[in-house]
This record gives sequence, structure tokens and C-alpha cells, in this order.
Amino acid sequence: METFSRAGWWRGCRAALAITLGLSPFGLVIGVISASKGLSLLEALLMSGLTFAGSAQLVVLQLWAEPAPILAATLACLVVNLRMAPMGAALAPALDRIRGWRLWFTLAWLVDNGFAMFVAEMRAGRRDVAFVLGAGMGMWVNWMTMVTLGHSLGAAVELRPGHPIFFAAVATMLAILVPIWRGRGDLAPWAASALAAVAAHGLGLGAPWPVLVGAFTGAGLGAWQDLRREARA
Amino acid sequence: MTLRWDVLAAILGMALATYLCRAGGYAILRASRPPRFVQAMLNHLPGCIFVAFLAPALARGGPDIWVASLVTLAVQVAFRKLALAILAGVGSVWALQALA
Repeated sequence: METFSRAGWWRGCRAALAITLGLSPFGLVIGVISASKGLSLLEALLMSGLTFAGSAQLVVLQLWAEPAPILAATLACLVVNLRMAPMGAALAPALDRIRGWRLWFTLAWLVDNGFAMFVAEMRAGRRDVAFVLGAGMGMWVNWMTMVTLGHSLGAAVELRPGHPIFFAAVATMLAILVPIWRGRGDLAPWAASALAAVAAHGLGLGAPWPVLVGAFTGAGLGAWQDLRREARA
Repeated sequence: MTLRWDVLAAILGMALATYLCRAGGYAILRASRPPRFVQAMLNHLPGCIFVAFLAPALARGGPDIWVASLVTLAVQVAFRKLALAILAGVGSVWALQALA
């Protein structure tokens, strides 16, 4: 069986192309908000190209300040992207078959959609890791194109604060929450997360602390619930 | 086409942190299985992060933001199309502001 082939890379590329329409709005939003926060096109592209993680960038841009919040931005990426850590582990059956630069370079292109599609590949019995690289690169090209378009749009039209377009950031996150919802068991952790974040914000804690406090309070409660349920079963 | 040093430092920090999550997860989790509690927490983190981010923003927002949020959620639940949900949300804020 192929472990890292050109054909696998192309399969990944084509899979990324197939979801272009679904991916594009996110990049557009990031581009528009980057421009509104005063980032140059070069800075917006460097951030998007090197980080290549939409939700983390969205969080960072919301807490953006002058001068650039170096520590807060780094911390926010660490926390928001922590969800990628178990993804790499879940792909171990395929990743264990490659070594060296192929392994560590491919991991740099791991994104939510690429992960989900490769899980489907693995279930179908294909373990060609080049698929992850191809899918990642295909989505990266879309990502960079859309950020460029969004940034040009945001720079061309002077957008006042409070313009409806800025609701796009909130709308994006709300929409992302829908497929993440797994049922009633999420209710208590999510409520705890919201309360803790609002409380931290009310205490005057600046970014990224409300997000950190809320996320870990909620996830901690969720984990405690899960373990208690397992102990009973 | 400017590139400020403080912005570049933030970008490099972001890139490094993100790569650590992508590659570090595989490197660590393949060597040792983390405790059950940590695994369960990782499962809950994605949703809780977005909720924690949204809660203060929504608490600060007015009725137009709340209505638009409900519209966004409803459209996403009904059609499962990210682009459509974002458009519906932004469109709602725009319409409500125009009416006010």
C-alpha cells in the first residue's frame, strides 16, 4: 500500500478543491478584519500563511491592540489550536508509516477539514499520508486568495466601527458551534464556560484571559462529568 | 506594504504555537497516553473555547446583536452552510440597524 505518493497528494488537492465554496467565506472575513485592525496586506498574508488556522486568527484579531499583543496572540493560538493535538495522535496508524521531513512537514499542513477527510480515507482503507499534504496545500491556496480579496475589500471601503460586516466574526464562530454540539452533555460545560468568561471579563481581565478561564473551566467540568459517568457505568 | 517588527514577532509567535499544537500532539501522544481526564478535556475544549469567546461579546451587544445571533444559528442548523449563516447574520444586523 502507498504511504506517500504523488497520486495521494493529488487526491488530497482535489478533495480540498471540492469544498472551496465552504472554505472561502472564512478567509474573506479574516482578510476584511485584518485590514480593519490596520494590518498591511503583507502582514495579513504572513500571518495567514504561517499560522494557517482560521479560528485562532479570528480570536487573535479580535484581541489585536497597539503595539501588537505578542504574548496574548501566541497564547491564544496555543489554546485555540490545542484541539489539533489529538488529531495528530488519531492519525498515528498512517503517520507511523512515514519518517523524517515528510512526517514533520506534513504535520504543518494539518487542518480540521483535512483531518476529517483523511479520517474518511483511513476508514476506506487508504493510508497515503500525502493526501493530508495535498489537502492542506489546496486549502492554503484558497485561504491566501480569499485573505487577499478580503483585505483589498476592507482597505478599499473605509469601514466605521460597528459596521454590520464586523458581526461576521461573531457569526462565523456561532455557525462553527453548531456542528461541534454533540447533545445535552455539552450544555453544562458550555454554560460554565460562558459564565466564567463573562465573570473574568467583568473583573476587568484583558484578552486572552476571559477566553482561557472560560475554556478551561468549561472543559474541566465536561471532563469531570464524563469521568463520573464512566465510573458509574 | 509595511512589516512592523512587533507585528512580525506576534506572527512568528502565532506560527510557532500553532506548529507545536500540530506536531507536538502527535509527538507526545504517540509516546505516552495522557491521563483520561486530560483526554476528556481535550474533547470538550473546542466548543468551550468558542463559547468563552462569544459570551462576553454577546453580553456586551444589544438586541440587534442577539436577534442576528439567533438568525445565524437558525440558518446554520437548517442549511449547514457556513457562508449562508454568516451572510444571514451580517444581513440581519444591517437590516436591524437600518430600521432603527
